[in-house]
Amino acid sequence: MNSRANSSPTSRWGLRVLGLGYIAVLLVAPLILLFYKTFEKGLAPPWEAITSADGLHALKLTLITVAIAVPLNTVFGVICSLLLVRHRWRGNWLIDAVINLPFAISPVVIGLCLFLLYGKNGWFEPGLAEAGIKVLFSVPGMVLACIFVSVPFVVRETVPVLQEIGTEQEQAAETLGASGWQTFWRITLPSIRWGVAYGVVLCTARVLGEFGAVSIVSGHITGETQTLPLFVEQQYQNFNLPGAFGAAVLLALLALVVLTAMNLLKRKEAA
Amino acid sequence: MEAHAAQAPVAPPRARQLRLPGVGAGLGRGVVVLYLSVIVLLPIAALANQAFSEGLAHFWSQVTSPAAKSSLELILACSLIVVAINAFFGTVVAWLLVRDNFPGKSLVNAIIDLPFALPTIVASLILIELWGNKSPIGIDIALSRTAIVVALCFVTLPFVVRAVQPLLIEMDRDMEEAAASLGAGGFTVFRRIIFPNLLPGLAAGVALAFARALGEYGSVLIFAGGTKNTTVASILIGQQIEQGNETGAAAISVVLLAMALVVLVLITLIQRWGSRHERAQGAGAGGLGLAVTAPPAPQEDDERE
Amino acid sequence: MGISVDGANKSFGDFQALDDVSIEVPDGSLTALLGPSGSGKSTLLRAIAGLETLDAGRVLIDGEDVSKKPTQKREVGFVFQHYAAFKHMTVYENVGFGLKIRKWKKEKIRARVDELLNLVQLPGLADRYPSQLSGGQRQRMALARALAVQPQVLLLDEPFGALDAKVRKDLRTWLRNLHEEMNVTTIFVTHDQEEAMDVAGQLVVMNQGRVEQSGSADDLYDKPANEFVMSFVGEVNRLGDDFVRPHDIEIVRDRDDSTEEAMVQRIVALGFEIRVELMLADGTEVWAQLTRGELQRLELREGQIAYLRPVHAKSFNGSPPSNPRGASTPHGSPDGGDAGITAAA
Repeated sequence: MNSRANSSPTSRWGLRVLGLGYIAVLLVAPLILLFYKTFEKGLAPPWEAITSADGLHALKLTLITVAIAVPLNTVFGVICSLLLVRHRWRGNWLIDAVINLPFAISPVVIGLCLFLLYGKNGWFEPGLAEAGIKVLFSVPGMVLACIFVSVPFVVRETVPVLQEIGTEQEQAAETLGASGWQTFWRITLPSIRWGVAYGVVLCTARVLGEFGAVSIVSGHITGETQTLPLFVEQQYQNFNLPGAFGAAVLLALLALVVLTAMNLLKRKEAA
Repeated sequence: MEAHAAQAPVAPPRARQLRLPGVGAGLGRGVVVLYLSVIVLLPIAALANQAFSEGLAHFWSQVTSPAAKSSLELILACSLIVVAINAFFGTVVAWLLVRDNFPGKSLVNAIIDLPFALPTIVASLILIELWGNKSPIGIDIALSRTAIVVALCFVTLPFVVRAVQPLLIEMDRDMEEAAASLGAGGFTVFRRIIFPNLLPGLAAGVALAFARALGEYGSVLIFAGGTKNTTVASILIGQQIEQGNETGAAAISVVLLAMALVVLVLITLIQRWGSRHERAQGAGAGGLGLAVTAPPAPQEDDERE
Repeated sequence: MGISVDGANKSFGDFQALDDVSIEVPDGSLTALLGPSGSGKSTLLRAIAGLETLDAGRVLIDGEDVSKKPTQKREVGFVFQHYAAFKHMTVYENVGFGLKIRKWKKEKIRARVDELLNLVQLPGLADRYPSQLSGGQRQRMALARALAVQPQVLLLDEPFGALDAKVRKDLRTWLRNLHEEMNVTTIFVTHDQEEAMDVAGQLVVMNQGRVEQSGSADDLYDKPANEFVMSFVGEVNRLGDDFVRPHDIEIVRDRDDSTEEAMVQRIVALGFEIRVELMLADGTEVWAQLTRGELQRLELREGQIAYLRPVHAKSFNGSPPSNPRGASTPHGSPDGGDAGITAAA
């Protein structure tokens, strides 16, 4: 789009300096500095930090949380969106509100909620202890925290797309003899795929980077309950800067991959 | 034909049920409610239970202790400042992305979402490198209240930009041209025509940014830290958990949660208000805000045109 | 396959979309459901397809009660107003969809789709996506898709509603020819009485959820059952309790017992046809349709006094006006002037 014909060059350049300057100082400069600092002394220090036993374990645990939380929230998100959009029900507003709750709650508070529910005086403590299942300060608790914080993403990206495509295509499929499942797999899902994919990307980004909630329930046991973000913080607090920067750069690179995916999907969706 | 054009292009079905394939709507609903209960509601219930476990008086004393009060006041004040800063810069950036043309525009558009994608702890780390005691430009604001503001500006910028941008894209240029043809100057056109139309989206974006800022933890942790002057509510909760004061942590959490909820309820109201002008739910605020379900379908549109 | 609907009722909340509707559609006919917005015509069509469930009443296809049958089993071809094209599939995949669901072999599908694309005059566009087609092409693709599965009946919901006027006229002729060729019982919904009269052999006029009248185009135009039908299928003037078509108003220069005095307000030449607007002594505004020759013979001028003689005036005493939009206006067609004038010509 062209700039407005009647805006003066002065005001246009003023706006550019203001807006782009703000982004440069706030977003771009720190990111560049991170890469510079990490590779200042070559590739070896960050590489060693990431490939250390603790670093690799943190990476593995991060991927495990993603592998569990993202598919669960994706399946849930698609079912929930279909319910919200296609089935009028009195309780829909409540479901809607609860889905958005994680946006309103501080990650620390989410961590505390799980800490209290599964902790030593929690409601589930007796049963879990008997069954020998450890939730708090171990992987299940961290996965639960990741699922909690990333519940809304797929639903929120899928609902508008479902609303937009309407039901005519599905009705057409029915008149052509397609059953409910056939209509879902052949018509509905392909029509909303880019919206769902966008939600999945956002969900993945959030789970990859979740810090506060996971931090509270993890118990900070090095080599056991440390995801990459927790690893970054611990390395920093221990003054092992190459380790912190190495892991941070890895996370930042993943973030850039996510950004690229977001932009590609947005274009697909618009097409 | 003109009568039909006014109606929504695709009216949601009214009588048609069972759009979930194979699975009945009832079963799907059961799964959804169970999932949300286990994942979201039960943990929150545990929190509320703990916060009031030693009675209302104890809850009140925890919430009004000097440390708790100052941490809540601090995060409220910082969030307000941050939201004001980003309302301005966010609108400017959105404007540049929609109405201006400059080399690298699509790159700038992509980088806006960086705070959504970048883990907060990494944000904290990179901010302290740039603005800490080893700052290459010699500005050290680490562990100060300014650091809180900068960190929160970083994480909340995309909310405002992404809320305003679609409204600007959809905005009718005709309105501006009409205003200009009536003799309005550039600034008057902005103030009288553009700004009022952006307001619903801007307000929704600001409210989301505010809710996010209130609870932010990772990005302030390293950069602003938990010093005497910079302990915001989320950091204080973390400290209290470490010290074993779970009831105190839960009490402050309840207050923090209540504040964020008030803000999100406000968003919903803003959206309702915003939708007076636009029936299209995709417009601006709807893309980010609280209400994701469809507005009720018009009743008598037999023809679904 | 004949279709009959028997005592159909359907409400959406407080809104009664169908109020005890019964229709008979003979085997092999081309029938139009005609009515204004909200008259229930689309609901009726969707109920025949099984896309709406009736509150009461039955749908029979070829004598069989299909009211309890799901859409998938009714073997109807349905064409949606906005095409309902499967956007993520090519034209080929769209048309072959129903055959694939029926597990046809690939070669058979290929042959059938090619045949249909030829029939709807879209050969060579098989690999395009719907977004690369024009509105008219998309509608023809939707029709091919509906016909591919050899439906017992073909149902079209405002099939040309979203197209521009020129394409619409072409497609009308084409649909009529196609129907003659295929001989499938066809029902289509429209709010455009000119389109209905042009295409269909039988018309069913609906209003406020009820059937007002059914019959051939001539029946409806010449022998309307009530004021609503009269005003919906053509232009109409109201003179007291009488209704008369503009071309049935004779203008004469001399008064006699059968004439009424009127003042000529305005004379509008619309090519061959002349529209004369007049005002009666009691203030009633009417208009008459003349040919150019008649006007020249009468030597009418604006502001002049002339005498009217209504021929073929009709009165519907006992049936209160059911159309609130009113036959009392001189521009009485509910669907806007242009279509009305042509229809009356």
